[in-house]
Amino acid sequence: MAYVAIKGGEQAIDNAHAWLAEERRGDTATPALSVSQIQEQLGRSVDRVMAEGSLYDRELAALAIKQAQGDLIEAAFLLRAYRTTLPRFAHSVAVETGSMRIERRVSAIFKDLPGGQVLGPTYDYTHRLLDFSLLGDETVAPETETAAGHVGTMPRVPDILGHEGLLEADAPSSREPGDLTREPLTFPAERDVRLQALARGDEGFLLGLGYSTQRGYGGSHPFAGEIRMGEVSVEIEPAELGFDIDIGDLIMTECQMVNQFKGSKTVPPQFTRGYGLVFGFGERKAMAMALVDRAMRAAELGEDVTAPAQNVEFVLYHSDNIEATGFVEHLKLPHYVDFQSELQNVRRMRKEAAE
Amino acid sequence: MTLSAGFTNPVADAQACFRSVLDAMARPGRIHTITGIVAPAPLCEATAAVLLTLADHETPLWLDSSTKAARDWIAFHTGAAIVPADRSTFGVALALPDLAGFPNGTDEMPETAATIIVQVDSLEAGQRFVLAGPGLREPAILAVTGLPPDFAALWQRNHALFPRGIDLILCAGVRLTALPRSVSIKDA
Amino acid sequence: MKGYNFAYLDEQTKRMIRRALLKAVAIPGHQVPFGSREMPLPYGWGTGGIQVTASILGAADVLKVIDQGADDTTNAVSIRRFFARTAGVATTTATAEATVIQTRHRIPEKQLREDQIIVYQVPQPEPLFRLESSRIETKRMQGLADYGLMHVKLYEDVARFGQISISYDYPVMVNERYLMSPSPIPAFDNPKMDMMPALQLFGAGREKRIYAIPPWTRVRSLDFDDHPFRTINAPHPCGLCGATDSYLDEVVTDDRGGRLFVCSDTDHCAERRAAGHVGTDGFQEAAE
Repeated sequence: MAYVAIKGGEQAIDNAHAWLAEERRGDTATPALSVSQIQEQLGRSVDRVMAEGSLYDRELAALAIKQAQGDLIEAAFLLRAYRTTLPRFAHSVAVETGSMRIERRVSAIFKDLPGGQVLGPTYDYTHRLLDFSLLGDETVAPETETAAGHVGTMPRVPDILGHEGLLEADAPSSREPGDLTREPLTFPAERDVRLQALARGDEGFLLGLGYSTQRGYGGSHPFAGEIRMGEVSVEIEPAELGFDIDIGDLIMTECQMVNQFKGSKTVPPQFTRGYGLVFGFGERKAMAMALVDRAMRAAELGEDVTAPAQNVEFVLYHSDNIEATGFVEHLKLPHYVDFQSELQNVRRMRKEAAE
Repeated sequence: MTLSAGFTNPVADAQACFRSVLDAMARPGRIHTITGIVAPAPLCEATAAVLLTLADHETPLWLDSSTKAARDWIAFHTGAAIVPADRSTFGVALALPDLAGFPNGTDEMPETAATIIVQVDSLEAGQRFVLAGPGLREPAILAVTGLPPDFAALWQRNHALFPRGIDLILCAGVRLTALPRSVSIKDA
Repeated sequence: MKGYNFAYLDEQTKRMIRRALLKAVAIPGHQVPFGSREMPLPYGWGTGGIQVTASILGAADVLKVIDQGADDTTNAVSIRRFFARTAGVATTTATAEATVIQTRHRIPEKQLREDQIIVYQVPQPEPLFRLESSRIETKRMQGLADYGLMHVKLYEDVARFGQISISYDYPVMVNERYLMSPSPIPAFDNPKMDMMPALQLFGAGREKRIYAIPPWTRVRSLDFDDHPFRTINAPHPCGLCGATDSYLDEVVTDDRGGRLFVCSDTDHCAERRAAGHVGTDGFQEAAE
C-alpha cells in the first residue's frame, strides 16, 4: 500500500460544517424551533448561557442555544466571542439589589421577616414526576390572570442583621473594580475579581466545589441568609450630566450566605458573609457561588487554607468553562509530532537498557 | 483651536509603525522610517507616530515640559492621562530625562517598567555608540546627535538592572530606533 | 470581513498586545501577562498565536500556518482561513515566501530569515508547571532565576533512566537569564531556536502570556556536561524524499507492523520531491 499524504483539509472542514447544519435542523418534518420559543420556553437555559457567556441579552442567548443545538457551554462560548467585539459605551453604577423588584425571596434564618417569604416561580416543592401532558403540543392559551407579578421591594436580610452589628459590614472601596475580560488575572486576587470570575464560572464546577465545603473540605457553617430574585435597574452616570439615568432592567439572582462568626480582640464576634450574584434565574449557581466566595476568604479571615475551595488560585484558574472546554478538547487536535518524539525516546531507552 | 489629524490611514499606519518599532526593539539600533503622519510642533513625525501607535487611555503618560505645545494634540488623539514620571507607562521627552525617575519594574514584573520616547536631533550622524546583546549577531554602531555626552555611562546603570530597566525609543524626524534594556552600550 | 476590523481584533486590543510584545522582546524569555481576549476559536486551539499574529499582521504580509509541520492539517487550515477572511492577507504554504509563520508544535526545516517572524502557539508558557502547580510560586522562582526544581528533575531523570527523558517541550535558557518553554516542539527543533535570524514570538491565549526571543539570541537547551542535550528522531531517511536531516512522522501502513517514515514538514518534503529527490517509497507513490 502506498502512502498518500492527507490532503483536502479544507474540503473536510466544509463537509463537516454542512453535516453539522443538517444535524442541527434535524428531521424537517418537525417544524423548526424559533428563537422566541427558546427565549420564552427554555428560560433557565437562556439564563445560564447569559451568566456564563457574561452577556445579558435574552434573544442572542436563545440564538446561541439554537445554533449550538442546546449545548449550553458551546452557546456560552458563542456569546462570549460576540461579547469581545462589542464597544464599551459606558460603565454602569453598581446595581442596587436592595431595591430589587422581587419575584422570589426566601430566607432560611428567620421564620418571618419584613416583606415575608415569597416562593415565586420555583421548582422547590414540585414532585419530580414527568408530566406526560406536556408530551402533546400545547395550544396557545387565552390570556388569563396569572400568579406572576412583582411583589415590590423588600429590605435585604443581611441589612436587617447588620443593624445590630451581628454581621460584618461590606468593606468600603473607592477603587474601580477590576475586569478579568480586559486585564489578566494576577495574585493576590482581590474579592471584586474573584466574584467576577465566579459569576462567569461554570455552574457545575462551582456546584461541586460548594458541595465539597459542606462535606468538610473547607466548611464554614453556612446559613442561607437570603436568596432573592427579581428585576434590578441598570443606571449609568454620564460625566457631562452629573446624575444617573436608567438604561434598562436585568433579572438577577442574589444569594447571601451567613457564616460562622469571627471576632478579634478589637471587634466582637460577628457573622461573616459569602456572596453570590448571577444573571437571570440562577439560584443553584448563586448559592454555590456564595459558598465558594466565603471559602476563598479563608486566609483573609485567619482560617487555615487546606481545601480546594479555599485555594483562590485553584478556583480562579479552573472555574471558567470556556477555558476548560477548549483545553480539554484540544487534546483531540493532532499531537503526532510530540508522540513520535516520545516513541523514539522510549524505543531508544529500551534499546540502551537492553544493551 | 484646530488640531492636526492623526494617521492618514489609522489601521494600516499604526500597524506599519508598530512593525518598525518591533523590529527596532528586536534589533537594537536598526533605523526605520515612518510615513503617513503630520506631526504637531514640537514633536517630530516619528515621535507622533509612536505615540499614536502605542499610547491610549490605558497608558498613563509623562510629558516633559518642552512638549507643552503638543499636549492638546496628544490628549485628543491618545486619550492618555498625563501623570508624574514615577507613575507613567510611557514618557515623551525632547532631551534624555533622568531614567531613575521612572518605574523600572520589579523582579517578578519587569514588564511594568516605562518606555521613554526620546526625540533627538539626528539618528544619522553624531556621537557613535557600540551596541551589543540580544538581537545583534555582532556589535552594531549607532550614531546619534542629541543624547548627553555621558550617555553610555548613564545607560550602563539602567542595563545593570536587567531584567528590570527602562526601554528607549529614539526618534529624529521621520526616523526611529530602539534601545531595549537588554542592550549594552559603549562609546565607539 | 464586514462588521469586523482588519484582522478581527479592535485597535485598542491590538495596542495592548503590541505593548506586551515590545516588553517581551526587551526582556527575552520573560512571560508578559496580557489581556487575552475571547476569540471565536477555542482556547487551546491557538488563540494566543492568533492574537499575536492579528496584532502584527499588515496587508502586505504573506502568512503561512502550520500544525505538526503540515499546512494541510485541519486546525492549520482553519486558522489560515480565519486570517484570509478577516484580514484578506495572502497566504502560502512555502516557507520561503512567508513573512509571518504561525506554528503549532514545529519549526520549519528551512532556516528562517531576518525578514521573517515566527509565531508559536503555546498551551502552557510556564516551564516549571509540572514541578510546581502554583503560578504564584513559579512567578517568584522566575523573578529570582531560581531554577533548582528543574535541575533536580533533570538529575532524577538521569538517575532513573540514565539520560534526560524529555523529548518535546524541552526547557531552554534564553540569553542565560530566563528558563523558557519552547512550546511543545520536539527537542529536535530546539537547536533551531538558538541564534535564529528571525524574530520568535510566543502567544498563550488561555494562560494570557506573551513572550519572545529576539533574533540572534542564545537559546540553550538544559543539560549536564556528562549528559549533553541530544535531539531525537526516527533513525530513517524520509520514505518520500529521502531526506536524512528532517524530522519524521511515523505513519502506520498496515496492521502487521508496517511503517513509513516521512517528513513532518510537508513543504520541505514537497520542495525536495519537486527538485527530484526520491525516497524508497516515493516511486510507489508515483506509480499508483
